[in-house]
Amino acid sequence: MQPDLWALYRLMLHSRLFENAVIHLWDEGLISGEMHMGIGEEAIVAGIVSQLIEGDALALDHRGTPPLLMRGVDPVLLLREFLGRPDGLCAGMGGHMHLFSREHLAASSGIVGASGPAAVGFALSGVLQRPGTLAVAFFGEGSMNQGMLLESMNLAVVWNLPVLFVCKDNGWSISTMSPSMTGGNLLDRAHGFGMPGIAVDGNDIESFYAVGEEAVQRARNGEGPTFIRASCSHPEGHMLGLQLQRIARQPLKEMGEIAGPLLRSVTRVKGASLRERVESVKEILSMLGKTIKEEYIPGDDPLKLTRQKLIKDESRLDDLEREVLQEIEIVVEQALEPEELELGRTQ
Amino acid sequence: MRKLNFSEAAEDALAQAMAQDKHIIYFGEDVVANRRNLLVRFGKDRVRNTPISESAFLGAAVTAAMSGLRPVVEIMIIDFIAVAMDALLNHAAKIETFSGGKWNVPLVVRAACGGGYGDGGQHEQSLWGWLAHIPGLSVVVPSTPADAGGLILAALEHPNPVIFLEHKLLAENWLDFMGTGGRKTVQFDVPVEGARGPAPRKWQQIPIGQAVERRKGSDLTIISIGVGVHRALEAADSLDEQGISVSVIDLRTISPLDKGAIIESVAKTGRLLVVDEDYESFGLSGELAAITLEAGIPLKYNRVCTMGTIPFSRELEDQALPNVQRIKKAAVSLMEN
Ligand SMILES: Cc1ncc(C[n+]2csc(CCOP(=O)(O)OP(=O)(O)O)c2C)c(N)n1
Ligand SMILES: [Mg+2]
Repeated sequence: MQPDLWALYRLMLHSRLFENAVIHLWDEGLISGEMHMGIGEEAIVAGIVSQLIEGDALALDHRGTPPLLMRGVDPVLLLREFLGRPDGLCAGMGGHMHLFSREHLAASSGIVGASGPAAVGFALSGVLQRPGTLAVAFFGEGSMNQGMLLESMNLAVVWNLPVLFVCKDNGWSISTMSPSMTGGNLLDRAHGFGMPGIAVDGNDIESFYAVGEEAVQRARNGEGPTFIRASCSHPEGHMLGLQLQRIARQPLKEMGEIAGPLLRSVTRVKGASLRERVESVKEILSMLGKTIKEEYIPGDDPLKLTRQKLIKDESRLDDLEREVLQEIEIVVEQALEPEELELGRTQ
Repeated sequence: MRKLNFSEAAEDALAQAMAQDKHIIYFGEDVVANRRNLLVRFGKDRVRNTPISESAFLGAAVTAAMSGLRPVVEIMIIDFIAVAMDALLNHAAKIETFSGGKWNVPLVVRAACGGGYGDGGQHEQSLWGWLAHIPGLSVVVPSTPADAGGLILAALEHPNPVIFLEHKLLAENWLDFMGTGGRKTVQFDVPVEGARGPAPRKWQQIPIGQAVERRKGSDLTIISIGVGVHRALEAADSLDEQGISVSVIDLRTISPLDKGAIIESVAKTGRLLVVDEDYESFGLSGELAAITLEAGIPLKYNRVCTMGTIPFSRELEDQALPNVQRIKKAAVSLMEN
């Protein structure tokens, strides 16, 4: 089926603007703790979630915001959860890495690789109780080195379960370049388990949608799991406020703090040879350079690419964008409204 | 004496040990970035990145330790040890016994722990009691920079596995990483004297299993560890104004417990209040009651621990973790009946 690009763009834009609002609230200190954005992953998420039906399940990682929004979780509840409010999605108990929506069969985890087994369990209950449904696992490429994820791929194959293993490959796990810590190639791993593995540009909604559609059909037809490796980038970096990101944005200020201890490590007696130390400094500088260049100044933006496909109808696009922007403004406003005092609660 | 931040002290002592002992190697996720100073000084053979494969690299560290190396394995935050628990529970902790005492595992596991910065219940646990439950593992939790350096040095000379836990409210690098993120708009209740303090130029070991009395008092003994020690000291000052004289003992090591120091103080005061950021049931707080009772000391007992799964909401989290108000209330009720 041809994807409805207008509907997909709306989903993606809604998620992007919601997350932009989250960034702002986090900066203001209204949201605590770590904050990992799904910005840059919208085409992958929209391409899959838009094809789900009632009874399908979602196993999410630490970037659960876009999938939950696109699946139809109330954005006000989600934002209130991030704000740690008792009237949030999970009563302020979970926070952005631990989001759950029972009615959507959506469960997240901050433990790398945990979405693999979670999707397998959802798929098993699906096969036995909700025939024709499937489960999706979203995870990053760095998670492909976590044993439980690989084990769950094998389990899904031998039990012939309807699982979509969706690997969002941005090439980085925090400050480590994933290929430097990953042997072989990820598609071969999937093939090794006896499962189709397909690589696709995760910024291009149309190609991604087509790949997703095939995997969804396989799953619904009882033909078992599929592995999809979709490339993407995280323009907001691994998480908000990471030191490397601050260096990328304000090199002079932040580098000062790093340089002193590094130089002392070069000069202190005992340790590696001077040549080796200089090598290591070079490695660190090049890592910093690469991080700044590649992790934070990303390539394609899935939203921009999709928008280009719709630009012919400029006035419709304008209307849509204005509408979504207004929606998000209202969401933020409502989320920030004072809590209604519960009856019986003493103040 | 010079002053260092908590993480600086741990790194400084670690570097001193690495300079002296070539067998010490260091690995974990992102250490090239996060432990770049060690990498520069000691080279990439000894300081290495790992994939996100905790069960593999911690398991590998066990046999590396058995065959001549002294690995320090960094498990970013202790909550993540769950995926690698087998290496500790069924291997590292048992090999000395299984081998009839002929083979030991000189391994250090280093991880951040603890809450108080709003990151939710999968990232803020303490788990030290859970780990100390396993025979064969030592667990240390420093509460000051001086102890961080002295205890990591002791861990590096210990013949058997030691878990070294750094509380995120004390270790400035982790608090910045997971809590502050460079923001000026957030504040945390960081114990000043735990986060920065005097540090020797040349580090000496602080023996594993040695508690220290941080405050003398005659009515009541508070026993705590990590950030809890600072909360207890704050509560003790205020209790003092109410005429309650409190002794505060910082365990520093959970396993093995310094039974002598515990029993001596509780025998004097007859009242024990445990302040433990780990979970309440089946853990350190109950263990402390058990050993004092076993020693035949008549005592009154109370505890302030983490209540249930740690909530994400800052407000609820502050109530769930041991705080000064809860400690004062528990102390007063111990004095009353
Ligand atoms: C078991 C476990 N180990 C380590 C971490 C810390 N951690 C959180 S996200 C992350 C990197 C994940 O990389 P990837 O899977 O590529 O996802 P990305 O963040 O790039 O989306 C790490 C190491 C964790 N949460 N859980
Ligand atoms: Mg990644």
